[in-house]
Amino acid sequence: MFLPFLYELRARGVPVGTTEAVQLARALEAGLHQQSLDGFYHVARALFVHREGHLDDFDQAFLKVFRGVEVASKELKDDLLQWLRDAAQIEGELTEEERALLENLDPEELERLFEERLREQKERHDGGNKWIGTAGTSPFGHSGKAKRAGIRVGGPGGGRSAIRTADARLYAGYRQDLTLDVRQMQIALRKLRTYARAGGDEELDLDGTIAATAKNAGELEVVVRPPRRPNTRVILMMDVGGSMDPFALLCSRLFSAAKKSTHFKELRTYYFHNCVYGRVYETERFTDPIRVNDLLHECGPHYKLICVGDALMAPYELLSAGGAISHDGEERAEGITWLMRLRNHFRKSVWLNPEPPRYWEGNTIEHVRSVFDMFPLTLEGLGEAMAHLLRGR
Amino acid sequence: MSDFARFRGTTTYLTSDALEAAVNCALVLERPLLVRGEPGTGKTLLAEAASEALDLPLIRWNVKSTTRAQDGLYVYDTVQRLYDSRFQDKDVGDIRQYIKLGPMGEAFASERRVVLLIDEIDKADVEFPNDLLNELDRMRFFIDELQEEVVARQRPVVIITSNAEKELPDAFLRRCVFHFIDFPTPELMAGILRVHHPDLDERLAEQAIEAFYELRTMKRLRKRPSTSELVDWIAVLRAAGVADVKLSAALPFLGTLLKKEQDLVAFADQLAGGGRWRS
Repeated sequence: MFLPFLYELRARGVPVGTTEAVQLARALEAGLHQQSLDGFYHVARALFVHREGHLDDFDQAFLKVFRGVEVASKELKDDLLQWLRDAAQIEGELTEEERALLENLDPEELERLFEERLREQKERHDGGNKWIGTAGTSPFGHSGKAKRAGIRVGGPGGGRSAIRTADARLYAGYRQDLTLDVRQMQIALRKLRTYARAGGDEELDLDGTIAATAKNAGELEVVVRPPRRPNTRVILMMDVGGSMDPFALLCSRLFSAAKKSTHFKELRTYYFHNCVYGRVYETERFTDPIRVNDLLHECGPHYKLICVGDALMAPYELLSAGGAISHDGEERAEGITWLMRLRNHFRKSVWLNPEPPRYWEGNTIEHVRSVFDMFPLTLEGLGEAMAHLLRGR
Repeated sequence: MSDFARFRGTTTYLTSDALEAAVNCALVLERPLLVRGEPGTGKTLLAEAASEALDLPLIRWNVKSTTRAQDGLYVYDTVQRLYDSRFQDKDVGDIRQYIKLGPMGEAFASERRVVLLIDEIDKADVEFPNDLLNELDRMRFFIDELQEEVVARQRPVVIITSNAEKELPDAFLRRCVFHFIDFPTPELMAGILRVHHPDLDERLAEQAIEAFYELRTMKRLRKRPSTSELVDWIAVLRAAGVADVKLSAALPFLGTLLKKEQDLVAFADQLAGGGRWRS
């Protein structure tokens, strides 16, 4: 039962392995799940899920593997549910003897008994100790007084059953492969921060102090050094207009996230249409052009280049010289050549594509991908892209 | 069933099955518990509640942006020792007096089992959690200056909090029991309010909760109000003797719920625009 669950989780990208399996076994051995599927759900979730982005995957995997276990749902008749819904008042406490009589049944036994009794039972039942009903000490039903494992059948209550919790998919909002909002983007961009010591003297340098003091024949000599400051320079180039219109909102979010990030030493943003040719523009309306050659001259290879675009265009726009409106007296080169120039100039660059990866074959995206390392514009993709920009730093 | 002390919440801290399961997993497996969730959902309070419920002393480590992993273990006050060496009034040969244990060092050195709270771990540098991995795993560290090893006599109950906004390293995450604190449902919220304001008027509570959840549905808010803000708001309302509240532009003491100027503007806008709520 558990191994398929483990593999189902892995198939959904939740990183669980031997460690988690062993931990789960230890937790179950300690009785943390309290012999119930609900308890198991909570324990397994605490141990298998390591970030809220995976909660939804967990819920779905749980549903897939354990739905059949919930015998209740398939066998229940409407009228049975009705009896259970208006539970009888609980009266009186159990005596010690009664409690002692309640044996702890194991789950399979419980399940078998449940189905058996469901078959035999013909009417509503409250307060007894055998039939499915309410306020009783039978292991089945709800509002019961027995503190032990049983099968809860319908009924209102504070606690949700595991399957119902999983079914509600409460954590769908935390999935990471969906596209994102400004805040999430900012966090992803924050990964790009690196620091360097530069600027004014402010921080005590302990090792330096010791060395200087030693040199000074024991007279204390305090040495200070500059604090760490952000040292990342980023160029953000965005495709606007045309086929990018459906993604305009997403791109404007990325743009504002980048603008708001305070951890870059410098952030330059430029716009282009479909593909970069001789020039990029400082505004969305394609005014204030700047020549790419000038840009490359100004910005050293240590700048990190982030291109955003769907990379979808007519093939000639990418592959033939002067595919776009030509500028007087400028060298005519294919779009792909310009892209390669950018790629070769900067040590670190990525291309973020808002189109889902399943459309990345058999069109101009394929060509652009051969030049730039491409990542989908989702939280996960953005995170990977940022990691890629930092790699080999 | 084994005989470890189970966590069941306290009279002032309401838990859910999922949270209890997570805390108990951490207790049994002796792994750190990582708690994430929106600000104001009671992540830090959980450590206090655990310390109270399990009757163990609490040691706090409030992480700041400049905190290094080493600070949590011990600090060696070199400058003091250097100064002392000039005046010869202390025995500078005894390095021990210049070694000060950090919160984590103290938790390890303690005779009793303690609850160690590492608060807001995401505030520190991105590498910070990785630097703690070894110490958290083995519950021991070495003091180079003394050539001594500090080994935890009783593995402390480690509770780590983090805001939902920052990613932590995978290697670190895999060593922790994870719990994500959901935003409380209105029913649970009513329970939480009863804990903080035991003699609260039912009607006021109902209205306040309704206005609060309505407010949270506003999409344009930069920072949505959370539990602690609601608790504060009700305290202010009661102090001012306000008997009932309705969602209107003149919501009393709105400043306790909405902390950003843009949010206050957005709120006024939304109400002026015909009172339609969900934009």
